Amino acid sequence: MSTFIEKLGNIDRRIIFIVMALAVIIPLAVRLTLPIPIDEGPSKNMYDAVDALPPGSTVLLSFDYDPSTMPELQPMAIALAQQLMTKDIKIVSLALWPMGVSLGNEALSYVSDSLGREEYVDWVNLGYKTGGGVLIVRMGSDIKSVFPEDYSGKSVDEIPVMDEINMLGDFDMIISLSAGDPGIPAWVMMAGDRYDIPIGGGCTAVSAPQFYPYLGTGQMLGLLGGLKGAADYETMVRIGVDDPPAGTATPGMAAQSVAHLVIMLFIILGNISYLASKKRKGGAK
Amino acid sequence: MNWTVIGIWLGALLSLSLYSFLYKDNPFYKFAEHLFVGMSAGYWVIYTIMNVLIPNWWNNLVPAEGGMQPIWLIPGFLGLFMVLRVVPKLSGLSRMSLALIVGTGAGLSMTAMFQTNALAQVNGTIISLGQGGGWFNWVSNIIVVAGVVCGLVYFFFSKAHTGIVGKTANVGITILMVAFGASFGYTVMARISLLIGQTQFLLFDWLPTMGIHL
Repeated sequence: MSTFIEKLGNIDRRIIFIVMALAVIIPLAVRLTLPIPIDEGPSKNMYDAVDALPPGSTVLLSFDYDPSTMPELQPMAIALAQQLMTKDIKIVSLALWPMGVSLGNEALSYVSDSLGREEYVDWVNLGYKTGGGVLIVRMGSDIKSVFPEDYSGKSVDEIPVMDEINMLGDFDMIISLSAGDPGIPAWVMMAGDRYDIPIGGGCTAVSAPQFYPYLGTGQMLGLLGGLKGAADYETMVRIGVDDPPAGTATPGMAAQSVAHLVIMLFIILGNISYLASKKRKGGAK
Repeated sequence: MNWTVIGIWLGALLSLSLYSFLYKDNPFYKFAEHLFVGMSAGYWVIYTIMNVLIPNWWNNLVPAEGGMQPIWLIPGFLGLFMVLRVVPKLSGLSRMSLALIVGTGAGLSMTAMFQTNALAQVNGTIISLGQGGGWFNWVSNIIVVAGVVCGLVYFFFSKAHTGIVGKTANVGITILMVAFGASFGYTVMARISLLIGQTQFLLFDWLPTMGIHL
């Protein structure tokens, strides 16, 4: 006859789903906040690299994701745009993913409006082009032939922020917010290593481990990994800012932490149940 | 009519329909799934025509300033050949287009891939153990170098994994398991993040449309 501990190992998966749902809903509903300590690491390196850029620099911000990864990458986009625009750094954005255009526009417009910045003077969204790595190589020699117009059809020759920009080498930094391919690997391979342009990025948590080697070799300046990276960045961008705008990653991290605790609890219970079951079957022999 | 509210309600109902699969398969889930597949296919067709074919090909073939540019017929035909895969008698033509894609892709990425993902990584593994950064960096560097060497030994199959080779390979597989564990941890975080994002939408966008403010 199975003991209670052994029965725990065969718990109905729907009960686990309910517990997980509650572990996420309750912290969000009660607006639970947990401290987010900022240590030395890829997120801090990313922040410091952007912070070190002088005002008037131009950064290429590539929105290489779609709505399926918005919860992780959109808060990064907003926090990065806040830091860049606050420092008077000009942003040229584009997308290697079709839906990245509207998501990028949403983030940049929101931050631009809140900080009183002006489209075409302080930032521009060039839109989407297919091609991935091939596109990046072409941009390396002539960006205006690849993007003769921005996403709305305005000629780049009439856009002040593009006055000094002719090729990838004219950017002080490239930042890719990437949910897969094309994304960070293409930028590192075709822009960073090829034209020696500093590359930073943010990515989904799933893909973060594959980009860590780029940090070790210096091929990337910094990396924001998943919701944790987004929350780190939101926290750093808010330091010293009066009445900082609300973010979604920081409150999400409290729910994330509770959910992780629940998952760990289930894993421990599952293992205890397994060992108890194994011990009982071994004893019966 | 407030289209924003309608959009929020549609999003919320479809989200709940999809989550209902966690209980068991049901018509609401099937409807949401089929709607998503159909909408995605339709969206992609229109998006590709409007944002890829017309600006990248048609506008070059027939420029606004007049005059046709016949050279652009070549990519047009190559694209057409790809579509002809659905016609069995003419499907062989698509090989020409595929050959061009594969050839260009391989030519562009071969050296770049090798440089970025092999040479640079080997270079990054050649670390001076005496470099600064304190004892933590020193230990980290040893782990990186030992981990790479042991991992490579695990994938060296020309010698039986016995004795010192076997022990080294065991360290290699242990390092790989640690890497897989870290990767799995990140995957869990990613999936929970998506749940958090959708829960935030339901709690803070959808519920307020019913007058419920948390």
